[in-house]
Amino acid sequence: MAAMLRSVGVASASFPLADHSNKLSTFSVCSLPVIRSERSPISDPIRGTRMTGKVITKAVAAQAENAASAASKPGHELLLFEALREGLEEEMDRDPRVCVMGEDVGHYGGSYKVTKGLADKYGDLRVLDTPIAENSFTGMAVGAAMTGLRPIVEGMNMGFLLLAFNQISDNCGMLHYTSGGQFTIPTVIRGPGGVGRQLGAEHSQRLESYFQSIPGIQMVACSTPYNAKGLMKAAIRSENPVVLFEHVLLYNLKERIPDEEYVLSLEEAEMVRPGEHVTILTYSRMRYHVMQAAKTLVNKGYDPEVIDIRSLKPFDLYTIGNSVKKTHRVIIVEECMRTGGIGASLTAAINENFHDYLDAPIVCLSSQDVPTPYAGTLEEWTVVQPAQIVAAVEQICQ
Amino acid sequence: MAQLTHRTTAFQKTLSAAILSTRHLSTSPITVETSVPFTAHNIDPPSRSVETTPQELLTFYRDMALMRRMEIAADSLYKSKLIRGFCHLYDGQEAVAVGMEAAITKKDCIITARMFEGEGRFDALYKKEGGFYGGHGIVGAQVPLGCGLAFAQKYSKDENVTFAMYGDGAANQGQLFEALNMAALWDLPAILVCENNHYGMGTAEWRAAKSPAYYKRGDYVPGLKVDGMDAFAVKQACKFAKEHALKNGPIILEMDTYRYHGHSMSDPGSTYRTRDEISGVRQERDPIERIRKLILSHDLATEKELKDTEKEVRKEVDEAIAKAKESPLPDPSELFTNVYVKGYGVELNKSLLELDLTNLSRFSVEQSLVLFSNIKLTLLVIDCISQSFGADRKELRAVLP
Repeated sequence: MAAMLRSVGVASASFPLADHSNKLSTFSVCSLPVIRSERSPISDPIRGTRMTGKVITKAVAAQAENAASAASKPGHELLLFEALREGLEEEMDRDPRVCVMGEDVGHYGGSYKVTKGLADKYGDLRVLDTPIAENSFTGMAVGAAMTGLRPIVEGMNMGFLLLAFNQISDNCGMLHYTSGGQFTIPTVIRGPGGVGRQLGAEHSQRLESYFQSIPGIQMVACSTPYNAKGLMKAAIRSENPVVLFEHVLLYNLKERIPDEEYVLSLEEAEMVRPGEHVTILTYSRMRYHVMQAAKTLVNKGYDPEVIDIRSLKPFDLYTIGNSVKKTHRVIIVEECMRTGGIGASLTAAINENFHDYLDAPIVCLSSQDVPTPYAGTLEEWTVVQPAQIVAAVEQICQ
Repeated sequence: MAQLTHRTTAFQKTLSAAILSTRHLSTSPITVETSVPFTAHNIDPPSRSVETTPQELLTFYRDMALMRRMEIAADSLYKSKLIRGFCHLYDGQEAVAVGMEAAITKKDCIITARMFEGEGRFDALYKKEGGFYGGHGIVGAQVPLGCGLAFAQKYSKDENVTFAMYGDGAANQGQLFEALNMAALWDLPAILVCENNHYGMGTAEWRAAKSPAYYKRGDYVPGLKVDGMDAFAVKQACKFAKEHALKNGPIILEMDTYRYHGHSMSDPGSTYRTRDEISGVRQERDPIERIRKLILSHDLATEKELKDTEKEVRKEVDEAIAKAKESPLPDPSELFTNVYVKGYGVELNKSLLELDLTNLSRFSVEQSLVLFSNIKLTLLVIDCISQSFGADRKELRAVLP
């Protein structure tokens, strides 16, 4: 297909997306189509009404034109976990079938406060405190989803969901297929994962590499309050089972997000910083390590293009491909393990599809294949640090 | 598989109706005693006397004969390699399915294990409208799902119950106890039905379970032990359980039943039990025989009429098999259908006429002109861009590693 597109002369034009959280002062927003989903009038099967909601798949913030004083800035500031909660609350208001279940999500308010206050508002059945039984409450969520409810399962830490692997893989992922389309499983499975601050090996797991082979699920990783809220809403509205990966260290990020309602597309990547010399693909916490490295790189005269891939399954090969066609060099920076991680799959996908555009082999910077140590210094060495990213860019751009 | 047939196909009750009409039988109720009294745990058992009607007796007979015939047919189809994969036969256990069906409505949910892979589609093993939520491959995993169905019923307040079925082998799965705990905690209308045929594949129950009294394993959850070879006992127990679950939360039913065949087609069924045992059960406890004796003793039909019913049932099954044999195998393009439900994203239509030009703004004007100038190339390119950006877009199918 790439060959066919090339024969037609598809220009490798990149459409810079004005990300709300962009740190650069001037940014030209060129003719960007606001793509509206075909399903724009959202009908509510329960109430039977047609609720019109404007679904903007690439929400372009207006503030680029209006860099006025802080007081008149549109939107409101909040932390990432609050953004998740806002998204969750809006969806629970909108659709009475949305419910949350997990350990300590109700009365305690969630171990990371994502569901704080929701149990008081919606009651114990809609924000359900489960016993410590991941396998069965994930199974329960799948069963409930088969009848039409839209449960959100919270794993207190993503690593705990390994106990529910069978339910996620066989039932969540495959039931739509094996039932011939009769049952949809619109669950959202979410929770914090990733390497934190000395949490130990079992609490520092990256499950995206284990789940990526499961057919039938979608995986997304959020990294900013803006995309956290947007992806949470999209995941809840999606008819497919979605696994939303959050990161333990990103919950307290502060950002200004729009007041109006917005939903992001589950399958699209985010252009963080357009550039010319090298494409750096990343997601979740590593985005910040990359941006830190980018500062150093810019001072050294490099112009990296940073893309937050966001969608871990399926990959947004359209955006990625356009970038590869422009820069011809790719570095993947991820927190997954070296073996069998997201980076490994992405490397294979890019090689298969865009091999002719590459001037150098793809460099994949991932965590070491070791259980995450408790000792702080060792833990630092297991994950990719900005200095390594800078060194890799310098190497690849020689 | 037989459970599904029973629940979903529309039976032509022509012969039973014919029998009733020719004999001018009244629909007056008949009282039947169950073979053995119920054994109960933490609850008062229901009475042994079950009310039934001649119509129901004849229906039971026909349904069970149909199920039996289907299982035998599946046996021969498997041996002639038309059914592949694993095939688990249910003959001997028909009373459980038939009795349960008689006690509940289509709105109640049933979920069970035991899957078999036929030559084509899987969609026959699930039937949403009939409330049949499937035969699942991993035994035990369906019980939390069943509790989820019950949770949804409680959430929507719709006064129905869920029957989550499992076998004596799966009864040792941890997730069962987890699910039971949650069901009891939140008073979910879940009825856990253990179809105890005494063998978990090749392992007898006393070799796998320290306590084979499965109805007692709920501890704080009440349980009832039922003779699973007696359709009326099953019917009574299910009715009782439904009433209980709607008011008081979960209950366990242990159906004491037996399978004549091995666990699956590769299991002869005789290496871990004696042939005498199998034939003994067949002679003394066969569910169809019991109903036949009841029908004859109450003078509801003659031997010949019952034989005619069996012949009719056989014909029905043969016709279904013929139809299945004629049905085409799935097209390769169906490999990717239903992996995902179409979600968000832009969808471009395949036909040139319906191309939404605004969406072509992704490509430059130059490319659009090329598109429209070269028809042949256009069709190729249309194929490429006629893709959704949702999860099942074409490029994704080709490239996902």
